[in-house]
Amino acid sequence: MAKSPENEHPQKAFGWAARDNSGILSPFDFSRRENGNDDVTLKILYCGVCHSDLHIVKNDWGVTTYPVVPGHEMVGLVTKIGSNVKKFKVGDKVGVGVIVDSCKNCENCQQDLQNYCPKAVFTYNSPNFDGTKTYGGYSDFMVVHQQFVLQIPENLPLDASAPLLCAGITVYSPMMYYGMTQPGKHLGVAGLGGLGHMAVKFGKALGLKVTVISSSTRKQAEAINKLGADFFLVSSDPEKMKAAIGTMDYIIDTVSAVHPLVPLLGLLKLNGKLVTVGLPEKPLELPIFSIVKGRKLVGGSDFGGIKETQEMLDFCGKHNITAEIELIKMDQINTAMARLANSDVRYRFVIDVANSLSK
Amino acid sequence: MAAQPELEHPRKAFGWAARDSSGILSPFKFSRRETGEKDVTFKVLYCGVCHSDLHMVKNEWGNSIYPVVPGHEIVGVVTEVGSKVTKFKVGDKVGVGCMVNSCRSCQNCADNLENYCPKSILTYGVKNVDGTITYGGYSDSMIADEHFIVRIPDSLPLDAAAPLLCAGITVFSPLRYFQLDKPGLNVGVVGLGGLGHMAVKFAKAFGAKVTVISTSPNKKEEATGRLGADSFIVSRDQEQMRAAMGTLDGIIDTVSAVHPLLPLLSLLKSHGKLVMVGAPEKPLELLVFPLLMGRKLVAGSCIGGMKETQEMIDFAAKHDIKPDIEVIPMDYINTAMERLLKADVKYRFVIDIGNTLKESS
Repeated sequence: MAKSPENEHPQKAFGWAARDNSGILSPFDFSRRENGNDDVTLKILYCGVCHSDLHIVKNDWGVTTYPVVPGHEMVGLVTKIGSNVKKFKVGDKVGVGVIVDSCKNCENCQQDLQNYCPKAVFTYNSPNFDGTKTYGGYSDFMVVHQQFVLQIPENLPLDASAPLLCAGITVYSPMMYYGMTQPGKHLGVAGLGGLGHMAVKFGKALGLKVTVISSSTRKQAEAINKLGADFFLVSSDPEKMKAAIGTMDYIIDTVSAVHPLVPLLGLLKLNGKLVTVGLPEKPLELPIFSIVKGRKLVGGSDFGGIKETQEMLDFCGKHNITAEIELIKMDQINTAMARLANSDVRYRFVIDVANSLSK
Repeated sequence: MAAQPELEHPRKAFGWAARDSSGILSPFKFSRRETGEKDVTFKVLYCGVCHSDLHMVKNEWGNSIYPVVPGHEIVGVVTEVGSKVTKFKVGDKVGVGCMVNSCRSCQNCADNLENYCPKSILTYGVKNVDGTITYGGYSDSMIADEHFIVRIPDSLPLDAAAPLLCAGITVFSPLRYFQLDKPGLNVGVVGLGGLGHMAVKFAKAFGAKVTVISTSPNKKEEATGRLGADSFIVSRDQEQMRAAMGTLDGIIDTVSAVHPLLPLLSLLKSHGKLVMVGAPEKPLELLVFPLLMGRKLVAGSCIGGMKETQEMIDFAAKHDIKPDIEVIPMDYINTAMERLLKADVKYRFVIDIGNTLKESS
């Protein structure tokens, strides 16, 4: 008979879990493995609240097995290292993102694209290679294979670095892959949430002209004044959308709700690229004429490999880029989830785990 | 009042036109302009029959202006050149494809991408800069600015060269642009018609391993035999599709009918590219999960610029790549259109204009 979460591993652990698809989280005792030769143990200080956490606790994607401890944007301090670990030492500021293991053999793993490994082990709600389930960062500590641990640059505040581990890499990776790096080119960012606001920051740091495309004017002042966007385009304003036709080199589409692609495709110039990083539950409509006429493309992208995640963190260290966050206590998580469902956050909740996760 | 087609230009011309959306073609007298200083005039010898011709004569895209003289895969021999023409002389074997003009000043034109110029003038069925309608290659003569004329190398038989001007470039351009032209790649081709069979030939010449994906099992023998494809999958066969999952670096999709994209996306490896060159009239469904989870993309491509069209023709000549054609007399065209509708052609009709387009008929 399967062991209970508390007993399946030798080290006691504590966190908050959702137990059913109401998605309500509450205290949860479980356990983690011993620190192996290749492992790093970190005391978790902060953990970002990603919209995927909300989808998973509510079983929106039909893949959740309860109880689930979410959290894949965690940062903390190294407390133990295995005998084979050379890159990290006790006391280092580190982070763990969306995956904690991969097969290490396939073509994707060989190219440092562990995020596309068909056997990738996700940080939570995923079967580990030993058959037990992974538990994420809404908890007191993590034990992770060293290959999947990231170094947080010294100069970056830890709490605001947490969201880089998913939101950050999720927009950084396609910006690099699709070549959105030429200064002076024009980037559109559709949706201004956790992902969108990071895309604006990266875009500006890369020297791009950035237009935020949003359904309401509510976020306009912040987008321009605080985040540094050059323009703000209200997608529900037909006049303004018409005037912007054929003006953008690329668009990062972070919107997870079902939405029409045609107006966005219209904003692209010849050879324009629309990359979707949001996950609408239903299919979108794609009129082929819209992409044939201007040799445009619609691509997808899914967070990033470990090497490029470290590159992204180093880029953030160099340019002093972190997320805009609202720090919350562990016991405020259910309220935060409800607000997240209404996009009521500027722009990422981060749980102050070390100071508020207590039995 | 608009001038009659016969009178609007100084030189008499003769061809076949459709006069209404029945799409039936019949003899038609019209006229063409004098050879201007940058123009090349040529006697048309052959013209390919593109599926777009069928769409246009039947007004399926809702923008046809009758009478329509179709044809944008036109080859022939130069009869006159303007005083400022430098690249061609009388007697040269030349061709004209889908465009006869563009603005020549926008960024796309400057980048040799006249096909994406917002002011490009199509070879037939649209208003030219002088307000008259353009007439295509189902006719005895053709005239175009030298920039839009391509040379046909001597080693290519003229009749077989004609379909290169649209079918050829339409698949060659995306194979190059999306980097599916590297040796050893696994390239899929969906649909085995005029475009599809050219995609197979070019991809093989680039050194790719080619898989044809088709709804008709009866095309397998030809595909893997004469055309040289490495494998053939019947898209309705779940087993075959499942066995091929995650094996292709890229797919050129030539199918114009509405069809599901998801099975094709599944055939792609991660980072794979699905390139649409057929344009279904209705939107297709795009599931975002598979795009994300494999970092795949869906792109479109539309014919090609003039520079790459010439490169494609020279490549075809060098590698002895010729479209497979069925040569027909002009008065067979209506039957040919009916057969084309049923995909009953291996793989392009080419009208023998030089020998069979007669004013008396």
